[in-house]
Amino acid sequence: MSTTGKTTYEIPIGPIHPALKEPVMFEFEIDGERIVDVNIRLGHVHRGIEWAGTRRNPIQILYLAERICGICSYCHPMSFALAVEHTASIQVPERADYLRVIHAELERICSHTLWAGVAAHEIGFDTVLYVTWQVREKGMDLIEYLTGNRITKGITMIGGVRRDITEEMIPKIKETLQYFKANVEKLRHIILDDKTFKLRCQNCGVLTKNDALRLCSVGPTARASGIRKDVRLDQPYFAYGDLDFDYITPDVLTGEVHGDVYDRIIVRLLEISQSIDLIEQCLDRMPQGAIVAEPKIAKLLENLKKVTGEGIGRMEAPRGEVFHYVKLTGNDAPYFWKVRAPTYNNILPWIPMLLGQQIADIPIVASSTDPCMSCTNRVTIIQDTSRHQLDKEQLHQLSIEKTRRLQT
Amino acid sequence: MKFTMLPRVLAQMVKKPFTNTFPRKYIPSSTTHYLADVQQKKTTMTPPVATPDRFRGKIQYDREKCTGCQLCLNVCPSEAIVFKPEEKKIKIYLARCTFCSQCNDICPVNCLSMSQEFLLAGTDKYSKDLIVE
Repeated sequence: MSTTGKTTYEIPIGPIHPALKEPVMFEFEIDGERIVDVNIRLGHVHRGIEWAGTRRNPIQILYLAERICGICSYCHPMSFALAVEHTASIQVPERADYLRVIHAELERICSHTLWAGVAAHEIGFDTVLYVTWQVREKGMDLIEYLTGNRITKGITMIGGVRRDITEEMIPKIKETLQYFKANVEKLRHIILDDKTFKLRCQNCGVLTKNDALRLCSVGPTARASGIRKDVRLDQPYFAYGDLDFDYITPDVLTGEVHGDVYDRIIVRLLEISQSIDLIEQCLDRMPQGAIVAEPKIAKLLENLKKVTGEGIGRMEAPRGEVFHYVKLTGNDAPYFWKVRAPTYNNILPWIPMLLGQQIADIPIVASSTDPCMSCTNRVTIIQDTSRHQLDKEQLHQLSIEKTRRLQT
Repeated sequence: MKFTMLPRVLAQMVKKPFTNTFPRKYIPSSTTHYLADVQQKKTTMTPPVATPDRFRGKIQYDREKCTGCQLCLNVCPSEAIVFKPEEKKIKIYLARCTFCSQCNDICPVNCLSMSQEFLLAGTDKYSKDLIVE
């Protein structure tokens, strides 16, 4: 019997799951419990949304863009609208700019609370999952009250927003913001002071500042590694130029930057408080006036048909910078439309984060960049030519067991 | 503190559940029988959470007002609206509708509006309930 002398195993994760925005395949090389090498393959499923967009007029694309992602269902159509406004030189009314900020920050609050719950679930702390989602539910109620829907908000319009916030709506917004404030404080205590969280998240999945810069990470992932990078401040859009806020890096709270999972939790929790503050500032400073540049949609479509040129729209989505490029050539439909979602940039930083970690740490490290975690649905370990199926449940179980081991 | 969640979990035991038990607290043995009983007022149903004023539910169509300008066909993102040339009226397939209310916004005579009705699940997408004309 011949021996190969190889002591490592390979675990492929992925490649496809319908719920994942950017389908991805990982090939882990495992030595015992430790990850020694990670390989990432991208581009398995192509939905052809951009292609479909070149067969629709810009108003129809708004609703198509809304369905790129369920959680970022505001920032995709809004970036597209920014790109079209850039191309057609449409001046957005000032009130619409403030309303856009309010909706963007509400989305950020909901996305970050949802993420905090998912992260807790990944390490087997399901009670926190229910608490955070209860907080998020209030946010969803407020979004439904303001826009009409919970998820696909349908609030975007090229040159403004579709629905105004009237005087009688402000008390309900303020009441919900108070609820958020009280609960974010509680969440911060529950998550940041908990021994279990500290054991699992500190010094786990470290992304150094250098790696984060080299691999072009964006959003909270980059900021948790100490990079002062935020589209809202670097290139202000909407009304962000008038508002008072600053970059959030973990040293705001702890005084030092580690770039680990714990720092990513800190950044996201602090950003929830920041978003609440931004909405309050907007409510105070919002001027009166029109909410859309061209209220007659038929006329707007007629005008867009005459436009030729290209433009970009960037904005800070909850997960990082989202980027839309559009080229109009004087037809009904755009000639070209390109979308770059933030998860795409935050995939490659997984490699340095995962190296040297254990299999049980894959769920929490991977979810710390806020991707769709459903890609771990199907993991196969190939060992001595016999195949062991390791599905999401078992992987989750491994994670829970590690939490228990650390507690005892 | 070692277990920060513990006080909240204990408090939850005496609190009312957050979830609205729609349509009933426990699943009935036969949903169709249960719904038939509700219609005959033999039993009751827990009402769903109330929808806000701006909620976008089933489309309502004022056939008399419609002039057949076809602007709504132009903006519908899911091509749920079909034009009937002989009558110069429209037909909306709710199974395709995304409830964005863009057709409401563009309509020059305001013949379309959104209602509060949202319980539209069905097995036949061409059934009478799911076609507005």
